Amino acid sequence: MQAGTSSGFAFCLFSATFLFLLSISTYSLDLNKFINMSVDIRLAKSRVVGLDVYHGDDPGNIVTPGDIITADTGFMRGHGTYMSEDCLHSSVAGMVERVNKLVSVRPLKTRYNGEIGDVVIGRIIEVSQKKWRVETHSRMDSILMLSSVNLPGGELRRRSEEDEKMMRNYLKEGDLISAEVQNVMSDGCLSLHTRSLKYGKLGQGTLVKVSPSLVLRRKTHFHNLPVGASIILGNNGYIWICPTEHVEAGETGGYETNLQPVSRSEREAIARLRNCVLALADQNVLLFDTSILYTFEASQKYAVKDILKPEVILEVVDLVQQRLELEGS
Amino acid sequence: MADVDLSEPEKVYILHSVQENLREDGRGCEDFRHMEVETGLISNTNGSARVRLASTDVLVGIKVQLTPVDPKKPNVGRIEFFLDCSANATPAFEGRGGEGLASEITAMLTRSYSCFSAIDYTSLCLLPGQQCWLLYIDILLLECGGNLFDAVSIAVKAALFNLRIPNVTMTKDEGGIELDVSDDPFDFKRLDVSGAPVIVTVNKIGHQHVVDASEKEEACSLAKVMLGITEKGTVTAMKKEGSGSLDSESISEMIESAKNVGIELNKCLLNILKEEEAKIEEPVGFLR
Repeated sequence: MQAGTSSGFAFCLFSATFLFLLSISTYSLDLNKFINMSVDIRLAKSRVVGLDVYHGDDPGNIVTPGDIITADTGFMRGHGTYMSEDCLHSSVAGMVERVNKLVSVRPLKTRYNGEIGDVVIGRIIEVSQKKWRVETHSRMDSILMLSSVNLPGGELRRRSEEDEKMMRNYLKEGDLISAEVQNVMSDGCLSLHTRSLKYGKLGQGTLVKVSPSLVLRRKTHFHNLPVGASIILGNNGYIWICPTEHVEAGETGGYETNLQPVSRSEREAIARLRNCVLALADQNVLLFDTSILYTFEASQKYAVKDILKPEVILEVVDLVQQRLELEGS
Repeated sequence: MADVDLSEPEKVYILHSVQENLREDGRGCEDFRHMEVETGLISNTNGSARVRLASTDVLVGIKVQLTPVDPKKPNVGRIEFFLDCSANATPAFEGRGGEGLASEITAMLTRSYSCFSAIDYTSLCLLPGQQCWLLYIDILLLECGGNLFDAVSIAVKAALFNLRIPNVTMTKDEGGIELDVSDDPFDFKRLDVSGAPVIVTVNKIGHQHVVDASEKEEACSLAKVMLGITEKGTVTAMKKEGSGSLDSESISEMIESAKNVGIELNKCLLNILKEEEAKIEEPVGFLR
């Protein structure tokens, strides 16, 4: 505890001088606000708003429920739309997307619609007979069957009654897991599996929840970022950020959790990543490894806790969007 | 409160991060998340305020009413708190689900405002022994993101600052005194809130304590102390909650940091409210 306080003090000194330099060189916010950050109250009236995409001159392809998308009958009805009086209407608020003749609306805010093969992060909420119930921000609770997990030690065998009794020892209520969607049942309930060493129980780290529509579908959703932390971008909008070496240890299926303290530098990287992900989500920017890394880099000139402030979020995300546009991705 | 279920390693992670004075979101132990305040946004109340603290969202409206005085305290006005937990915040509040939390918060508010220096209760009395103002303070909890007590108390103080009590003219006629409440919206008096307390909740996590805990941190904390703190640093109320025990040394440490934060909170809040008053703009409300 002694060491903790002294290092904390050193850090304060460091950040104070750092911010001092910053305030005279690059940024014109007053110094007091940064050093005495314990309390920060502001007015709703003075809130900075980003580019108003919804009320601008050109609303683009954003629709609200009931809006007419097209009166042309040559299109096919996709997700988030309905036919009424020979017009195609939107049933959700979101962006219109078109693939050839198929028109669909991708909602801005939604529950997770699972698809087979998706990587998800979920929390165990119930242990029942031969299966776990998992919360995955889906409309219904997902299910993880005892037969679709790798038992500790990577054993592959028939699940005996013993295993059934030991279920709570493997995964108990509150535990977080990463898994893959194995099947979507007829009622929309997802069945998950963790039969690969990269899936399984998660250890120390931070869970961030964002809208599922913000997570870009990619070939891989597990990233070891070169900033000292790993990130799992669940398709269900749950994002797991953890120290890198713990992921390697977790390759055994993650049943033995490492409860050793995480080093300060890793902790800082994780906290920064967390705030960066939230900043991107706040501005409705798609989340994938590049966008997150760029935000991480753009945020370097701010202290970690300052990335929670709206004006900093705007500035950082704006930089990232420009950079992404430049690179055409 | 909506219970967040955390796994063991997550709790350990939060515990260590508090120990390191570098919390999950990069804050130190005594840092508040940033907050947004707006007053006067509900036109059919005498005073209103909305506070957003991260994702905690609180709306407060105050209505005043003339009422006979309490015979035990003939010279003072009264205030009454009522809190409604909207089921929008969490499904657990549906039906009677939020009542326990509501009574806890209102009890704490009543306690911290029962101190006589909190607001000038005598100014709320119109005719000693007969008529006084009764302030109905209605609080609506719209979203929970941790640290409800503090957010609610800040919103209440902001609404009290915004409160416009109509002036009353008294005319004597045969039989008694007639009270006439002014209809003119610009004929009002204000309440002095410089002594009004805000609640600061200090959560004990491991060996350290934190202010403004997020929901996850609240789930890791075994004991917390809530204190009503005025601008001068006076403690008007104190309450301990949670199953964990605290030794006297850590309690005094927690009171000390609550005091520091509380003084700063009060100052900041009053400054920002005065700043808002100077501006004449359309209320922002919920449409942005």
